[in-house]
Amino acid sequence: MIKRNCNLEPIACEANRDYQEAMTLIDLANPSKFLSLTARVLPWLAAVTAIVLAIGLYQSATAPDDYQQGATVKIMFVHVPNAWLSMLVWGVMSLAALGTLVWRHPLADVAAKAAAPIGAAFTFLALVTGSLWGRPMWGTYWEWDARLTSVLILFLMYLGLIALWRAVEDPSRAARAAAVLTLVGAINLPIIKFSVDWWNTLHQPASVMRLGGPTLDRAFLVPLLMMAAAFSLLFVTLLLAAMRNEILRRRLRSLQMMQARAFSSEVDAGSREKTVPFGAA
Amino acid sequence: MTAQAALIRRDIRIAVRVGGGALIGVLFFLTVVVLMPFAVGPDLALLTRLGPAILWLGALLASLLTLDRLFMADHEDGSLDLIVMSRTPLELACATKALAHWMAAGLPLIVATPVLGLLLNLDTRSTAAVALTLLAGTPSLTFTGMIGAALAVTLHRGGLLLAVLVLPLSIPVLIFGVAASQAAISGLSFGAPFSILCALSLVSFVVGPFAAAASLRHGLD
Repeated sequence: MIKRNCNLEPIACEANRDYQEAMTLIDLANPSKFLSLTARVLPWLAAVTAIVLAIGLYQSATAPDDYQQGATVKIMFVHVPNAWLSMLVWGVMSLAALGTLVWRHPLADVAAKAAAPIGAAFTFLALVTGSLWGRPMWGTYWEWDARLTSVLILFLMYLGLIALWRAVEDPSRAARAAAVLTLVGAINLPIIKFSVDWWNTLHQPASVMRLGGPTLDRAFLVPLLMMAAAFSLLFVTLLLAAMRNEILRRRLRSLQMMQARAFSSEVDAGSREKTVPFGAA
Repeated sequence: MTAQAALIRRDIRIAVRVGGGALIGVLFFLTVVVLMPFAVGPDLALLTRLGPAILWLGALLASLLTLDRLFMADHEDGSLDLIVMSRTPLELACATKALAHWMAAGLPLIVATPVLGLLLNLDTRSTAAVALTLLAGTPSLTFTGMIGAALAVTLHRGGLLLAVLVLPLSIPVLIFGVAASQAAISGLSFGAPFSILCALSLVSFVVGPFAAAASLRHGLD
């Protein structure tokens, strides 16, 4: 039916498609629907996350030692997924920021706010595991290498973003400010990715995602990808749970505001009742 | 005494809640320290040598940054007038406010020092020396900075004026703080500069509240 319309009136068809897309977005945007949907999905998602994480941990534990690095190479299975996610979460937040600024999607700023602490935690874990890995490899916990430094800057930006969220009391005003900052910060992501090629100093160059296929051995690649999937699932689970909390927190806040407003108007009405007869007399 | 405890509780609660700026000071400290290697280069040996100075400068700037909230927010919502008019001596109230401010904004800086020491490749002994001198010196920064904050709030000017007023006053603390930590690192006599640092802090405990109370009393109409 849509196809026939398209043949006759292409413009109307475009509008129709836009309308349908808008409908689905609006369906998703209803916080009550989101809450009931996530209430059903979350336990299953958590279970799948736990299973994949268990498989990934088992595979990483049984992976062979590296001929050069020994058992410390296993830190990679935790470190690399964290580092990937630290960038992915900023990407998710940038999409949410577009959703806030362009489409005014009501759940976009909830997602952005909920994602920021999770992303900061992943970045922090990437830094900590990296520094624990660096100790036996380089003999120092910290090295001012280009890649490490740009991850540290990413961490600082996460903290600044969280501070911005906390600095403004009204969530919707904070959302727009944070969205602008998030999009500006997205410029940092490609710098991190390509900094390895720009300043190839101490940190080893990217070995999984590069042209000409991965150089990592299969014995390491499979557990690594499994752990990456587990951490991504973990991120989705945590994000949905945090979004639920944020929605409930905002409802609580608006209920408290309504209560305070009702109380103050009651007080106003009471004082008017007292003053009006006085004025009339 | 209960009035002082209540004031401390109130100030700390405001500082750590939404809109308060206590933890932003730590974030600023971290950022300043991270910026330094970009300026001097990623040479770890050089950073180790400069480490105590970098940490001290960062802590000085971070504690300065949060100072303008010490009286400004209270002035805006009118609670400063209540504090001035209350039965508690204004000097005591000022000292209490400065103490609360130091607990909310100064102590986190000292807690963050070991992490930043790691970034600057300082060993445990040097980090401990810097943290100890910061613990002895940052109260002095807050108490002398309070004078500038009181002047700035009576003149309705914050920010840069405050920095220009307070930074020269904090030079002695900077000198003896860095001297004491360098002495502890290189094994020279730690006692003399550290004693002078403590003495500077003690003097500021006495002078700061009186000067701040005087400028508040004469400045506020």
